[in-house]
Amino acid sequence: MSTDLIDIHAPVIEVQGLVKSFGDNEVLKGIDLTVTRGEVICVIGPSGSGKSTLLRSVNLLEEPTGGRILVEGIDITDPDTDIDRVRRRIGMVFQSFNLFPHLSVLENLTLAQRRVLKRSKTEADEIAREMLGRVGLSEKADAYPSHLSGGQQQRVAIARALCMNPDMMLFDEPTSALDPELVGEVLQVMRSLADEGMTMLVVTHEMGFAREVGSRLIFMDGGHIVEQGDPREVLANPQHPRTQDFLSRVL
Amino acid sequence: MALRRRTRSRIYRLAMYAVFIGAVVLIALMTDWERIGKQFFNLEVAAQLFPDIIVVALRNTILFTLIAFVGGLLLGVLFALMKLSVIAPFRWFATVWIELFRGLPALLTIFAMAFILPIAFGVKPPGGPVGAGLIGLILVASAYMAEVIRAGIQAVPKGQSEAARSLGMSPMKTMFWVILPQGFRIIIPPLTNEFVLLLKDTSLLFIAGTFLWSKELTTFARDANTTYANATPLIMAAIMYLIVTIPLTRFTAWLERRMARER
Repeated sequence: MSTDLIDIHAPVIEVQGLVKSFGDNEVLKGIDLTVTRGEVICVIGPSGSGKSTLLRSVNLLEEPTGGRILVEGIDITDPDTDIDRVRRRIGMVFQSFNLFPHLSVLENLTLAQRRVLKRSKTEADEIAREMLGRVGLSEKADAYPSHLSGGQQQRVAIARALCMNPDMMLFDEPTSALDPELVGEVLQVMRSLADEGMTMLVVTHEMGFAREVGSRLIFMDGGHIVEQGDPREVLANPQHPRTQDFLSRVL
Repeated sequence: MALRRRTRSRIYRLAMYAVFIGAVVLIALMTDWERIGKQFFNLEVAAQLFPDIIVVALRNTILFTLIAFVGGLLLGVLFALMKLSVIAPFRWFATVWIELFRGLPALLTIFAMAFILPIAFGVKPPGGPVGAGLIGLILVASAYMAEVIRAGIQAVPKGQSEAARSLGMSPMKTMFWVILPQGFRIIIPPLTNEFVLLLKDTSLLFIAGTFLWSKELTTFARDANTTYANATPLIMAAIMYLIVTIPLTRFTAWLERRMARER
Protein backbone atom coordinates (compact mmCIF):
# COMPACT_ATOMS: atom_id res chain seq x y z
CA MET A 1 0.00 0.00 0.00
CA SER A 2 1.69 3.23 -1.07
CA THR A 3 1.05 6.30 0.99
CA ASP A 4 -0.05 8.58 -1.87
CA LEU A 5 -3.02 6.33 -2.63
CA ILE A 6 -4.55 6.89 0.83
CA ASP A 7 -7.42 9.37 0.73
CA ILE A 8 -6.41 11.85 3.40
CA HIS A 9 -10.06 12.54 4.23
CA ALA A 10 -10.95 8.87 4.68
CA PRO A 11 -11.51 7.77 8.27
CA VAL A 12 -8.37 6.35 9.85
CA ILE A 13 -10.42 4.25 12.25
CA GLU A 14 -14.05 3.26 11.91
CA VAL A 15 -15.66 1.35 14.77
CA GLN A 16 -19.11 -0.03 13.97
CA GLY A 17 -21.37 -1.54 16.62
CA LEU A 18 -18.46 -2.91 18.62
CA VAL A 19 -19.47 -5.38 21.33
CA LYS A 20 -17.00 -7.07 23.68
CA SER A 21 -17.78 -9.54 26.43
CA PHE A 22 -15.51 -11.28 28.89
CA GLY A 23 -17.59 -14.35 29.74
CA ASP A 24 -20.93 -13.05 31.00
CA ASN A 25 -19.55 -9.56 31.53
CA GLU A 26 -20.40 -7.27 28.60
CA VAL A 27 -17.78 -4.51 28.67
CA LEU A 28 -18.59 -2.77 25.38
CA LYS A 29 -22.26 -2.55 24.43
CA GLY A 30 -22.25 -1.29 20.86
CA ILE A 31 -19.66 1.41 20.20
CA ASP A 32 -19.69 3.54 17.03
CA LEU A 33 -16.72 5.80 16.49
CA THR A 34 -15.08 7.40 13.47
CA VAL A 35 -11.61 8.90 13.71
CA THR A 36 -10.41 11.09 10.85
CA ARG A 37 -6.80 11.89 10.00
CA GLY A 38 -5.10 14.30 12.37
CA GLU A 39 -7.73 14.06 15.09
CA VAL A 40 -6.60 13.85 18.71
CA ILE A 41 -9.36 12.05 20.57
CA CYS A 42 -9.24 11.79 24.34
CA VAL A 43 -11.36 9.11 26.00
CA ILE A 44 -12.30 9.62 29.63
CA GLY A 45 -14.60 7.79 32.00
CA PRO A 46 -14.73 5.91 35.30
CA SER A 47 -12.76 2.68 35.68
CA GLY A 48 -14.63 -0.27 34.21
CA SER A 49 -16.33 1.95 31.64
CA GLY A 50 -14.67 0.02 28.79
CA LYS A 51 -12.36 2.78 27.55
CA SER A 52 -9.18 0.68 27.65
CA THR A 53 -10.99 -2.27 26.06
CA LEU A 54 -12.13 0.00 23.22
CA LEU A 55 -8.57 1.19 22.64
CA ARG A 56 -7.13 -2.32 22.78
CA SER A 57 -9.76 -3.52 20.31
CA VAL A 58 -8.52 -1.08 17.69
CA ASN A 59 -5.32 -3.11 17.22
CA LEU A 60 -7.02 -6.39 18.09
CA LEU A 61 -5.29 -6.97 21.44
CA GLU A 62 -8.89 -7.70 22.40
CA GLU A 63 -10.88 -9.80 19.97
CA PRO A 64 -14.33 -8.19 19.46
CA THR A 65 -17.40 -10.28 20.29
CA GLY A 66 -19.47 -8.40 17.72
CA GLY A 67 -19.32 -5.48 15.30
CA ARG A 68 -16.60 -4.35 12.90
CA ILE A 69 -13.44 -2.29 13.13
CA LEU A 70 -11.92 -0.79 9.98
CA VAL A 71 -8.41 0.62 10.02
CA GLU A 72 -7.71 2.72 6.93
CA GLY A 73 -10.54 0.83 5.24
CA ILE A 74 -9.24 -2.64 6.17
CA ASP A 75 -11.63 -4.77 8.24
CA ILE A 76 -9.37 -6.08 11.02
CA THR A 77 -12.15 -8.26 12.45
CA ASP A 78 -12.09 -10.31 9.22
CA PRO A 79 -10.14 -13.51 10.05
CA ASP A 80 -8.42 -13.31 6.64
CA THR A 81 -6.84 -9.94 7.43
CA ASP A 82 -3.10 -10.06 8.09
CA ILE A 83 -3.27 -8.34 11.48
CA ASP A 84 0.53 -8.04 11.75
CA ARG A 85 0.57 -5.82 8.66
CA VAL A 86 -2.14 -3.56 10.08
CA ARG A 87 -0.50 -3.34 13.50
CA ARG A 88 2.69 -1.91 11.95
CA ARG A 89 0.68 1.20 11.07
CA ILE A 90 -0.71 1.57 14.60
CA GLY A 91 1.62 2.68 17.38
CA MET A 92 0.62 1.52 20.85
CA VAL A 93 1.73 2.97 24.18
CA PHE A 94 0.86 1.12 27.38
CA GLN A 95 0.26 2.24 30.93
CA SER A 96 3.06 -0.05 32.15
CA PHE A 97 5.51 0.95 29.33
CA ASN A 98 6.26 -2.69 28.44
CA LEU A 99 9.80 -2.01 27.27
CA PHE A 100 11.81 -5.18 26.64
CA PRO A 101 13.97 -5.42 29.79
CA HIS A 102 16.60 -7.72 28.22
CA LEU A 103 17.41 -5.20 25.47
CA SER A 104 19.11 -1.81 25.59
CA VAL A 105 17.09 1.27 24.69
CA LEU A 106 18.55 1.28 21.17
CA GLU A 107 17.80 -2.44 20.72
CA ASN A 108 14.24 -1.86 21.97
CA LEU A 109 13.85 0.67 19.16
CA THR A 110 15.47 -1.40 16.42
CA LEU A 111 14.09 -4.90 17.09
CA ALA A 112 10.82 -4.58 15.18
CA GLN A 113 12.38 -2.33 12.54
CA ARG A 114 14.84 -5.07 11.70
CA ARG A 115 12.70 -8.18 12.21
CA VAL A 116 9.43 -6.82 10.80
CA LEU A 117 10.32 -4.03 8.38
CA LYS A 118 13.61 -5.76 7.42
CA ARG A 119 15.58 -2.55 7.70
CA SER A 120 19.36 -2.83 7.79
CA LYS A 121 21.09 -2.35 11.14
CA THR A 122 22.57 0.95 9.98
CA GLU A 123 19.22 2.29 8.83
CA ALA A 124 17.37 1.07 11.92
CA ASP A 125 20.00 2.58 14.23
CA GLU A 126 19.81 5.89 12.42
CA ILE A 127 16.00 6.05 12.68
CA ALA A 128 16.13 4.94 16.32
CA ARG A 129 18.58 7.70 17.23
CA GLU A 130 16.45 10.26 15.41
CA MET A 131 13.34 9.18 17.35
CA LEU A 132 15.27 9.15 20.64
CA GLY A 133 16.24 12.74 19.85
CA ARG A 134 12.59 13.62 19.34
CA VAL A 135 11.69 12.41 22.82
CA GLY A 136 14.81 14.06 24.27
CA LEU A 137 16.68 10.91 25.28
CA SER A 138 19.57 10.74 22.81
CA GLU A 139 22.08 10.14 25.61
CA LYS A 140 20.19 7.04 26.87
CA ALA A 141 20.64 4.87 23.73
CA ASP A 142 22.88 2.34 25.48
CA ALA A 143 21.06 2.31 28.84
CA TYR A 144 18.80 -0.56 29.91
CA PRO A 145 15.13 0.13 30.72
CA SER A 146 15.53 -0.73 34.41
CA HIS A 147 17.98 2.17 34.78
CA LEU A 148 15.51 4.74 33.50
CA SER A 149 12.82 6.64 35.39
CA GLY A 150 9.19 5.89 34.59
CA GLY A 151 8.87 9.07 32.54
CA GLN A 152 11.98 8.21 30.54
CA GLN A 153 10.75 4.65 29.98
CA GLN A 154 7.45 5.91 28.65
CA ARG A 155 9.20 8.35 26.30
CA VAL A 156 11.34 5.45 25.02
CA ALA A 157 8.13 3.45 24.50
CA ILE A 158 6.72 6.31 22.41
CA ALA A 159 9.94 6.50 20.39
CA ARG A 160 9.81 2.73 19.86
CA ALA A 161 6.32 3.04 18.38
CA LEU A 162 7.35 6.00 16.22
CA CYS A 163 10.22 4.02 14.66
CA MET A 164 7.63 2.00 12.73
CA ASN A 165 6.34 5.21 11.06
CA PRO A 166 2.76 4.63 12.27
CA ASP A 167 -0.21 6.45 10.78
CA MET A 168 -1.88 6.64 14.17
CA MET A 169 -1.01 6.23 17.82
CA LEU A 170 -3.00 4.62 20.62
CA PHE A 171 -2.23 5.66 24.21
CA ASP A 172 -3.63 3.52 27.03
CA GLU A 173 -3.43 5.69 30.18
CA PRO A 174 0.20 6.59 29.36
CA THR A 175 0.77 8.65 32.51
CA SER A 176 -1.25 6.69 35.09
CA ALA A 177 1.71 4.66 36.35
CA LEU A 178 3.98 7.70 36.70
CA ASP A 179 4.97 9.73 39.73
CA PRO A 180 3.27 13.16 39.47
CA GLU A 181 6.50 15.04 38.72
CA LEU A 182 7.19 12.80 35.70
CA VAL A 183 3.79 13.21 34.02
CA GLY A 184 4.69 16.52 32.40
CA GLU A 185 7.63 15.26 30.29
CA VAL A 186 5.46 12.51 28.74
CA LEU A 187 2.55 14.85 28.03
CA GLN A 188 5.04 17.26 26.44
CA VAL A 189 6.14 14.59 23.95
CA MET A 190 2.51 13.68 23.21
CA ARG A 191 1.65 17.34 22.67
CA SER A 192 4.45 17.77 20.13
CA LEU A 193 3.22 14.65 18.31
CA ALA A 194 -0.26 16.13 18.15
CA ASP A 195 1.17 19.41 16.88
CA GLU A 196 2.84 17.52 14.03
CA GLY A 197 -0.56 16.17 12.97
CA MET A 198 -0.40 12.62 14.31
CA THR A 199 -3.77 10.91 14.60
CA MET A 200 -4.12 9.98 18.25
CA LEU A 201 -6.57 8.04 20.41
CA VAL A 202 -5.75 8.67 24.06
CA VAL A 203 -7.34 7.04 27.10
CA THR A 204 -6.42 9.40 29.92
CA HIS A 205 -7.23 10.98 33.25
CA GLU A 206 -5.33 14.15 32.37
CA MET A 207 -8.16 16.65 31.87
CA GLY A 208 -5.70 19.49 31.24
CA PHE A 209 -4.16 17.59 28.33
CA ALA A 210 -7.62 16.72 26.98
CA ARG A 211 -8.68 20.36 27.12
CA GLU A 212 -5.56 21.86 25.57
CA VAL A 213 -4.45 19.23 23.06
CA GLY A 214 -7.56 17.17 22.29
CA SER A 215 -9.68 17.91 19.24
CA ARG A 216 -12.51 15.79 20.57
CA LEU A 217 -13.43 14.42 23.99
CA ILE A 218 -15.34 11.19 24.49
CA PHE A 219 -16.93 10.30 27.81
CA MET A 220 -17.62 6.59 28.30
CA ASP A 221 -19.62 4.89 31.02
CA GLY A 222 -21.01 1.38 31.35
CA GLY A 223 -19.80 0.25 27.93
CA HIS A 224 -21.41 3.15 26.04
CA ILE A 225 -20.18 6.44 24.61
CA VAL A 226 -22.34 8.72 26.73
CA GLU A 227 -21.24 12.09 25.43
CA GLN A 228 -18.71 13.54 23.01
CA GLY A 229 -17.73 16.86 21.56
CA ASP A 230 -15.26 19.72 21.73
CA PRO A 231 -13.18 19.11 24.88
CA ARG A 232 -13.55 22.66 26.20
CA GLU A 233 -17.33 22.55 25.85
CA VAL A 234 -17.78 19.07 27.31
CA LEU A 235 -15.52 19.85 30.26
CA ALA A 236 -17.03 23.27 30.96
CA ASN A 237 -20.63 22.43 30.19
CA PRO A 238 -21.37 18.67 30.28
CA GLN A 239 -24.87 17.82 29.05
CA HIS A 240 -25.43 14.30 30.35
CA PRO A 241 -26.00 13.77 34.10
CA ARG A 242 -23.44 10.96 34.24
CA THR A 243 -20.81 13.16 32.63
CA GLN A 244 -21.65 15.93 35.09
CA ASP A 245 -21.39 13.49 37.99
CA PHE A 246 -18.03 12.08 36.78
CA LEU A 247 -16.49 15.48 36.11
CA SER A 248 -17.67 16.88 39.44
CA ARG A 249 -15.71 14.09 41.12
CA VAL A 250 -12.45 14.36 39.15
CA LEU A 251 -12.11 18.10 38.50
CA MET B 1 8.86 -16.47 86.23
CA ALA B 2 10.63 -15.09 83.14
CA LEU B 3 14.00 -15.96 84.61
CA ARG B 4 12.90 -19.48 85.40
CA ARG B 5 11.68 -20.03 81.84
CA ARG B 6 14.98 -18.79 80.45
CA THR B 7 16.93 -21.05 82.79
CA ARG B 8 14.85 -24.03 81.76
CA SER B 9 15.40 -23.45 78.01
CA ARG B 10 19.14 -23.08 78.64
CA ILE B 11 19.22 -26.44 80.39
CA TYR B 12 17.35 -28.06 77.48
CA ARG B 13 19.84 -26.65 75.00
CA LEU B 14 22.85 -27.83 77.02
CA ALA B 15 21.29 -31.29 77.26
CA MET B 16 20.86 -31.47 73.48
CA TYR B 17 24.50 -30.45 72.89
CA ALA B 18 25.63 -33.10 75.36
CA VAL B 19 23.61 -35.88 73.69
CA PHE B 20 24.90 -34.87 70.24
CA ILE B 21 28.56 -34.72 71.31
CA GLY B 22 28.17 -37.99 73.21
CA ALA B 23 26.81 -39.73 70.12
CA VAL B 24 29.66 -38.45 67.93
CA VAL B 25 32.30 -39.52 70.44
CA LEU B 26 30.71 -42.93 70.83
CA ILE B 27 30.66 -43.58 67.08
CA ALA B 28 34.27 -42.31 66.76
CA LEU B 29 35.41 -44.67 69.51
CA MET B 30 33.65 -47.65 67.89
CA THR B 31 35.23 -46.99 64.51
CA ASP B 32 38.32 -48.84 63.37
CA TRP B 33 40.19 -45.85 61.92
CA GLU B 34 43.13 -47.82 60.70
CA ARG B 35 40.99 -50.07 58.53
CA ILE B 36 39.01 -47.15 57.17
CA GLY B 37 42.21 -45.39 56.24
CA LYS B 38 43.48 -48.45 54.40
CA GLN B 39 40.19 -49.30 52.69
CA PHE B 40 38.82 -45.88 51.75
CA PHE B 41 41.70 -43.42 51.82
CA ASN B 42 44.53 -45.52 50.50
CA LEU B 43 46.95 -43.13 48.80
CA GLU B 44 48.75 -45.89 46.88
CA VAL B 45 45.49 -47.03 45.30
CA ALA B 46 44.44 -43.43 44.68
CA ALA B 47 47.67 -42.70 42.83
CA GLN B 48 47.04 -45.67 40.50
CA LEU B 49 43.74 -44.13 39.35
CA PHE B 50 45.45 -41.21 37.66
CA PRO B 51 45.37 -40.06 34.95
CA ASP B 52 42.44 -42.25 33.78
CA ILE B 53 40.04 -41.00 36.43
CA ILE B 54 40.41 -37.52 34.89
CA VAL B 55 41.06 -38.06 31.19
CA VAL B 56 38.55 -40.91 30.77
CA ALA B 57 36.05 -41.04 33.62
CA LEU B 58 35.54 -37.37 34.54
CA ARG B 59 35.82 -36.33 30.91
CA ASN B 60 33.12 -38.85 29.90
CA THR B 61 30.85 -37.84 32.76
CA ILE B 62 31.02 -34.19 31.72
CA LEU B 63 30.77 -34.99 28.01
CA PHE B 64 27.69 -37.22 28.51
CA THR B 65 26.09 -34.60 30.75
CA LEU B 66 26.61 -31.89 28.13
CA ILE B 67 25.17 -34.08 25.35
CA ALA B 68 22.11 -34.99 27.43
CA PHE B 69 21.66 -31.38 28.56
CA VAL B 70 21.84 -29.81 25.10
CA GLY B 71 19.67 -32.55 23.56
CA GLY B 72 17.16 -32.30 26.39
CA LEU B 73 17.11 -28.52 26.13
CA LEU B 74 16.37 -28.49 22.40
CA LEU B 75 13.63 -31.14 22.74
CA GLY B 76 12.43 -29.42 25.92
CA VAL B 77 11.86 -26.12 24.07
CA LEU B 78 9.96 -28.03 21.39
CA PHE B 79 7.69 -29.78 23.89
CA ALA B 80 7.19 -26.63 25.98
CA LEU B 81 5.99 -24.80 22.85
CA MET B 82 3.79 -27.76 21.91
CA LYS B 83 2.29 -27.81 25.39
CA LEU B 84 1.39 -24.10 25.01
CA SER B 85 0.21 -24.49 21.42
CA VAL B 86 -3.29 -23.51 20.30
CA ILE B 87 -3.37 -26.79 18.34
CA ALA B 88 -4.92 -29.38 20.66
CA PRO B 89 -3.18 -32.55 19.33
CA PHE B 90 0.20 -30.85 19.90
CA ARG B 91 -0.79 -30.22 23.52
CA TRP B 92 -1.94 -33.82 23.97
CA PHE B 93 1.23 -35.23 22.48
CA ALA B 94 3.44 -33.03 24.66
CA THR B 95 1.43 -33.92 27.77
CA VAL B 96 1.74 -37.66 27.10
CA TRP B 97 5.47 -37.34 26.38
CA ILE B 98 6.16 -35.34 29.55
CA GLU B 99 4.07 -37.57 31.81
CA LEU B 100 5.60 -40.71 30.29
CA PHE B 101 9.25 -39.85 30.75
CA ARG B 102 8.80 -38.14 34.09
CA GLY B 103 6.82 -41.10 35.36
CA LEU B 104 9.30 -43.81 34.38
CA PRO B 105 12.56 -44.53 36.20
CA ALA B 106 15.47 -43.10 34.20
CA LEU B 107 17.23 -46.46 34.54
CA LEU B 108 14.38 -48.24 32.75
CA THR B 109 14.23 -45.65 29.94
CA ILE B 110 17.98 -45.89 29.34
CA PHE B 111 17.93 -49.68 29.38
CA ALA B 112 14.89 -49.80 27.07
CA MET B 113 16.48 -47.48 24.52
CA ALA B 114 19.48 -49.79 24.16
CA PHE B 115 17.06 -52.48 22.93
CA ILE B 116 14.26 -50.54 21.25
CA LEU B 117 16.37 -48.33 19.01
CA PRO B 118 18.27 -51.07 17.11
CA ILE B 119 15.10 -53.18 16.78
CA ALA B 120 12.66 -50.43 15.81
CA PHE B 121 14.87 -48.53 13.38
CA GLY B 122 17.33 -51.24 12.39
CA VAL B 123 20.27 -48.93 13.03
CA LYS B 124 22.92 -48.90 15.68
CA PRO B 125 23.04 -45.52 17.40
CA PRO B 126 26.39 -43.71 17.15
CA GLY B 127 28.63 -44.62 20.06
CA GLY B 128 27.14 -48.08 20.48
CA PRO B 129 25.33 -48.87 23.72
CA VAL B 130 26.42 -45.58 25.31
CA GLY B 131 24.85 -43.70 22.40
CA ALA B 132 21.56 -45.54 22.88
CA GLY B 133 21.70 -44.92 26.62
CA LEU B 134 22.36 -41.24 26.01
CA ILE B 135 19.27 -41.02 23.81
CA GLY B 136 17.30 -42.41 26.74
CA LEU B 137 18.83 -39.82 29.04
CA ILE B 138 17.97 -37.06 26.54
CA LEU B 139 14.33 -38.21 26.53
CA VAL B 140 14.19 -38.09 30.32
CA ALA B 141 15.88 -34.67 30.40
CA SER B 142 13.53 -33.27 27.72
CA ALA B 143 10.47 -34.14 29.80
CA TYR B 144 11.75 -32.36 32.92
CA MET B 145 13.11 -29.41 31.00
CA ALA B 146 9.92 -28.94 28.97
CA GLU B 147 8.06 -28.26 32.23
CA VAL B 148 10.75 -25.84 33.45
CA ILE B 149 10.79 -24.00 30.12
CA ARG B 150 6.99 -23.81 29.99
CA ALA B 151 6.98 -22.24 33.46
CA GLY B 152 9.63 -19.75 32.30
CA ILE B 153 7.64 -18.75 29.23
CA GLN B 154 4.52 -18.27 31.33
CA ALA B 155 6.42 -16.17 33.88
CA VAL B 156 7.11 -13.45 31.28
CA PRO B 157 4.48 -10.72 31.78
CA LYS B 158 1.66 -10.59 29.24
CA GLY B 159 2.49 -6.96 28.45
CA GLN B 160 5.73 -8.10 26.80
CA SER B 161 4.00 -10.11 24.09
CA GLU B 162 1.34 -7.42 23.72
CA ALA B 163 4.06 -4.82 23.10
CA ALA B 164 5.81 -7.04 20.56
CA ARG B 165 2.57 -7.94 18.74
CA SER B 166 1.60 -4.24 18.68
CA LEU B 167 4.82 -3.54 16.78
CA GLY B 168 3.64 -5.99 14.11
CA MET B 169 5.81 -8.90 15.20
CA SER B 170 4.36 -12.34 14.41
CA PRO B 171 3.71 -14.87 17.22
CA MET B 172 6.88 -16.77 16.20
CA LYS B 173 9.10 -13.67 16.17
CA THR B 174 7.59 -12.54 19.47
CA MET B 175 8.40 -15.91 21.04
CA PHE B 176 11.94 -16.03 19.67
CA TRP B 177 13.06 -12.43 20.21
CA VAL B 178 11.05 -11.29 23.24
CA ILE B 179 9.59 -14.15 25.31
CA LEU B 180 12.25 -16.90 25.19
CA PRO B 181 15.24 -14.64 26.01
CA GLN B 182 13.41 -13.39 29.12
CA GLY B 183 12.01 -16.80 30.02
CA PHE B 184 15.47 -18.38 29.92
CA ARG B 185 16.86 -15.72 32.22
CA ILE B 186 14.17 -16.64 34.75
CA ILE B 187 14.88 -20.38 34.57
CA ILE B 188 18.70 -20.34 34.79
CA PRO B 189 18.57 -21.58 38.42
CA PRO B 190 16.25 -24.57 37.76
CA LEU B 191 18.18 -25.37 34.57
CA THR B 192 21.46 -25.42 36.50
CA ASN B 193 19.75 -27.74 38.94
CA GLU B 194 18.71 -29.96 36.03
CA PHE B 195 22.33 -30.02 34.87
CA VAL B 196 23.44 -31.29 38.29
CA LEU B 197 20.73 -33.97 38.25
CA LEU B 198 21.82 -35.08 34.78
CA LEU B 199 25.45 -35.17 35.85
CA LYS B 200 24.51 -37.65 38.56
CA ASP B 201 22.18 -39.59 36.25
CA THR B 202 25.03 -40.31 33.81
CA SER B 203 25.96 -42.97 36.41
CA LEU B 204 22.92 -44.92 35.14
CA LEU B 205 24.34 -45.21 31.60
CA PHE B 206 26.24 -48.38 32.53
CA ILE B 207 22.97 -50.32 32.23
CA ALA B 208 23.07 -49.89 28.44
CA GLY B 209 26.53 -51.45 28.39
CA THR B 210 29.99 -49.88 28.38
CA PHE B 211 33.31 -50.10 26.62
CA LEU B 212 36.65 -49.26 28.19
CA TRP B 213 36.71 -45.85 26.58
CA SER B 214 33.12 -45.00 27.54
CA LYS B 215 33.32 -45.50 31.30
CA GLU B 216 32.01 -42.59 33.30
CA LEU B 217 32.99 -41.89 36.90
CA THR B 218 30.73 -44.35 38.70
CA THR B 219 31.42 -47.30 36.39
CA PHE B 220 35.12 -46.50 36.45
CA ALA B 221 35.10 -46.44 40.25
CA ARG B 222 33.13 -49.67 40.56
CA ASP B 223 35.52 -51.49 38.24
CA ALA B 224 38.58 -50.10 40.00
CA ASN B 225 36.99 -51.09 43.30
CA THR B 226 36.94 -54.68 42.10
CA THR B 227 40.41 -54.54 40.56
CA TYR B 228 42.16 -53.28 43.69
CA ALA B 229 39.78 -54.92 46.19
CA ASN B 230 39.75 -51.52 47.82
CA ALA B 231 37.03 -48.83 48.21
CA THR B 232 39.31 -45.82 47.68
CA PRO B 233 38.18 -45.41 44.01
CA LEU B 234 34.62 -44.81 45.25
CA ILE B 235 35.81 -42.00 47.49
CA MET B 236 37.88 -40.53 44.65
CA ALA B 237 34.88 -40.63 42.29
CA ALA B 238 32.77 -38.96 44.97
CA ILE B 239 35.34 -36.18 45.25
CA MET B 240 35.32 -35.74 41.46
CA TYR B 241 31.51 -35.40 41.42
CA LEU B 242 31.56 -32.88 44.24
CA ILE B 243 34.27 -30.78 42.58
CA VAL B 244 31.80 -30.19 39.75
CA THR B 245 28.44 -30.16 41.53
CA ILE B 246 29.18 -28.00 44.58
CA PRO B 247 30.35 -24.93 42.59
CA LEU B 248 27.25 -25.34 40.37
CA THR B 249 24.78 -25.47 43.26
CA ARG B 250 26.59 -22.56 44.96
CA PHE B 251 26.32 -20.65 41.67
CA THR B 252 22.57 -21.35 41.56
CA ALA B 253 22.12 -20.14 45.12
CA TRP B 254 24.06 -16.97 44.33
CA LEU B 255 21.94 -16.35 41.20
CA GLU B 256 18.72 -16.83 43.13
CA ARG B 257 19.84 -14.39 45.83
CA ARG B 258 20.79 -11.83 43.18
CA MET B 259 17.47 -12.23 41.33
CA ALA B 260 15.55 -11.89 44.61
CA ARG B 261 17.40 -8.63 45.30
CA GLU B 262 16.66 -7.28 41.81
CA ARG B 263 12.95 -7.92 42.25
